[in-house]
Amino acid sequence: MSSVTLNKAEPVAGTAPGTGRGPARPRRIALVPTLTLLLGALYCLLPVAWVVIASTKSGSELFSTFTFWPGTGFTENLSDLNAYRDGVYWKWMGNSALYAGLGALLSTCVSAVSGYALAVYRFRGRETLFNVLLTGVLMPPVILAVPQYLLLAQADLTDSYLSVLLPQILSPYGVYLARIYAAASVPSDVVEAGRMDGAGEWRIFTRVALPMMMPGLVTVFLFQFVAIWNNFLLPYIMLSDDEKFPITLGLHTLLEQGANTPALYTLVVTGAFLAVFPLVALFLVVQRFWSLDLLSGAVKS
Amino acid sequence: MRYTKHRRLVSSALAVTLGATTLAACGSSSDDDGGARSGPVSLTYWTWAPGMDKVVDLWNEGPGKKEQIKVTVKKQASGDTLVTKILTAHKAGKAPDLVQAEYQALPTLVSNDALADISKDVGDAKSKFADGVWQQTTLGTDAVYAVPQDIGPMMFYYREDLFEEYGLTVPTTWDEFADTARKLKKKSPKTDLTTFSANDSGLFAGLAQQAGAQWWTTSGDQWKVGISDDATKKVAEFWGGLVKEGAIDNQPMYTPAWNKALNTGKQIAWVSAVWAPGTLNTAAPDTKGKWAMAPLPQWTEQENRTGSWGGSSTGVTTDSGNKEAAAEFAAWLNTDGDALNALAKESGIYPASTSAQLSGAFTTPPEYFSNQPDFYQKAAEIAQTTAPSAWGPNVNVAYTTFKDAFGAAAKNRSDFVTAVDTMQQDTVADLKKQGFEVAP
Repeated sequence: MSSVTLNKAEPVAGTAPGTGRGPARPRRIALVPTLTLLLGALYCLLPVAWVVIASTKSGSELFSTFTFWPGTGFTENLSDLNAYRDGVYWKWMGNSALYAGLGALLSTCVSAVSGYALAVYRFRGRETLFNVLLTGVLMPPVILAVPQYLLLAQADLTDSYLSVLLPQILSPYGVYLARIYAAASVPSDVVEAGRMDGAGEWRIFTRVALPMMMPGLVTVFLFQFVAIWNNFLLPYIMLSDDEKFPITLGLHTLLEQGANTPALYTLVVTGAFLAVFPLVALFLVVQRFWSLDLLSGAVKS
Repeated sequence: MRYTKHRRLVSSALAVTLGATTLAACGSSSDDDGGARSGPVSLTYWTWAPGMDKVVDLWNEGPGKKEQIKVTVKKQASGDTLVTKILTAHKAGKAPDLVQAEYQALPTLVSNDALADISKDVGDAKSKFADGVWQQTTLGTDAVYAVPQDIGPMMFYYREDLFEEYGLTVPTTWDEFADTARKLKKKSPKTDLTTFSANDSGLFAGLAQQAGAQWWTTSGDQWKVGISDDATKKVAEFWGGLVKEGAIDNQPMYTPAWNKALNTGKQIAWVSAVWAPGTLNTAAPDTKGKWAMAPLPQWTEQENRTGSWGGSSTGVTTDSGNKEAAAEFAAWLNTDGDALNALAKESGIYPASTSAQLSGAFTTPPEYFSNQPDFYQKAAEIAQTTAPSAWGPNVNVAYTTFKDAFGAAAKNRSDFVTAVDTMQQDTVADLKKQGFEVAP
């Protein structure tokens, strides 16, 4: 996102990541950066590879055979996971999808409206508001979890789906990103032109600005989706009914069953492996929105 | 803000120490909603025991149905974090009616006023338990804060076949234990008798308890921390010495490497507790039927004592609107024959109730130990010898310091006694910071 700056009123081709690279110049392979990136990739992918391979091992193979040698227990692990407490795993998966999907969607809507407002309208206290939001970006959500719990307990909302959804709808980082993206991608000329043609503010936002902001909003959506999908502490504090648990929490209960019960490692590993798929699928599907170049031709410079 | 917190903790510390009298005063306001009930009652229960919902179904379809008390299980993850979660919920007045709590967590919960005194509602439950076990739920007062559920008396597990192969005898004293470790090293330098893990504070606490340590005691209205007492130092010195001279391993337990060492016979013994068969079944599946259990080695030949590692109880929270009904359920769950049988079958627990230790599921040995038919008779005898334990309101701090200090010491093969002193200092400092009075 380094190519995006706050002051640019004019749209810049290629503000979205991964698009608009300059013409390819023939150059030799830079050895050091390539090696560094390869190392980084290895560092990131090795744990994933471990999960993939470990999920194929049966209970007796998991700790006794060579780490990166596939086992023979994948189907057994799957059916065990499926059978565990009448398939509560799939319930967790559905909960995670609900929390992350709906939460990210709502969060993106809020971010879009607030980001657009902060970028396009001039009003008193705008910068103050934005700065407060910036401090929100720096505040780790973890430290807010307990206060949020106490607050929601006052409203009698704890241990409900809402208790996990509500606190995650306002994402300071999402608003921040949406504002920056709106400032860079929605030219004031276009907004003016809309007003001249007699469109109301809401119409301008939904029909003109929103499509232009789409790549940025997709980013906000994905960020928020992953953040909620991976979130542990907030649902941990909020929820006590394990039918409402997301995957992160559910797998944790499989690991911590008390000293006299061995952890269900094979189930946890298989569960973690399956939990990766929705995320990968989501990225593959949503990725294409990034390349939409709606800006071309909107303004003639 | 800070001042009030300080005051609250001091008064709750006093509550623990002075017991019933102070607590009666504190609890009188909340007693109104916990008194007589009319109509059906619905209770929630936070527990981590697997299969507990099936045990609770027995209640809901049996005695609970008659008395219109319905219990709903909300399965939780075990550990220190659950204590934090209970306390957070309690702060909002939203703690469940019933909680499962490890014995060492009880003082923490009680000093935060999260657990109710149920002495009036549990009937003659006391008679079903060994004194040392029951005492853990009263914290040495006249109050009763929980009903014991399972216990973890410590035992010595060893590979029967390999002991024979290496010409070793089962050690009955810790001196013999050390000699056995050395003898094994001489015979087979690559094999270790066992490991001393710096990851498991519970193991060390149990070993210190066996040696007679009393880590937390009260005198007057003050806490006294005895982590750096002679008994604990003796234990630390013993294990530190063995690690230092290389007679035993110093790798942590419950790792893939540890599992492998047990499974391949690289480690041939384990100081553990009654629940070990379940762990061994996952850790060392190939060695099934080759292990045997014996009492823990003693410090002197005349002694016959063991420590405990693990175990938990069922408590009723002060937030509960139906304390009486909740206490009734807690007593049923942990003393009724059918309930205990189901607990053993569904949750795999070793019951605290003495009558259950030799009945039902415990008449036959665990499958993994089918070679030792009297496994549970022996276990019940050993459980009788459990030394009293003494837990305080910040066991979690002591345990965390243990992991840090002993972890470093075990890795560098350095002095364990200094690590004990660190534990003592950090625990005392934390108690003071929390506002408790600490005896010098």
